[in-house]
Amino acid sequence: MAMEAQEIERLIKEALPGATVTITDLRGDGDHYACHVMAKEFRGKTRIQQHQIVYEALGGRMGGELHALALQTTPADED
Amino acid sequence: MDDQTKDQISNEIANQDVVLFMKGTPVFPQCGFSAAVVGVLSHLGVKFRGVNVLEDDAIREGIKEFTNWPTIPQLYVKGEFIGGCDIIREMYETGELIELLNTRGIDVNPQPVNG
Repeated sequence: MAMEAQEIERLIKEALPGATVTITDLRGDGDHYACHVMAKEFRGKTRIQQHQIVYEALGGRMGGELHALALQTTPADED
Repeated sequence: MDDQTKDQISNEIANQDVVLFMKGTPVFPQCGFSAAVVGVLSHLGVKFRGVNVLEDDAIREGIKEFTNWPTIPQLYVKGEFIGGCDIIREMYETGELIELLNTRGIDVNPQPVNG
């Protein structure tokens, strides 16, 4: 059921090149993560849409093998 | 998702102003994320209806498709999806949640925080 932090980061960066991804393993058990994503793709989007973009990047794993991923998203400033 | 499930979900969010699709009940949440949102709503003194998805597999899977959102809990206000646990917590902390509830005409009656 668990998923490596690096794998989460890889999937997000694959979908959102240039994004800043910070992942914290909350309990050190490889199952409960906090993830902060900053990406220019989030600009002008609602929070719900921003989260949906990340969930899409994770390709259906969220809610499945990724049970506990606390997500926070921030639009990146202009480059 | 079959039509019956879709109708059932549509009716839930149409018939009450604030609806939380959750695991367990408001009195006895069975998941930390659901409990967190119940905690926020309780602190704000907001009346809401909890729909226990653990009692109905069709709703449990259907609501994910209905909202295009992979996780539970899910909070609806006046028929509109507001967010899951992370978004609600963030909106609560920034004051946006109270603001949103006020604009939608939902009674908010913040309770003193214990401790």
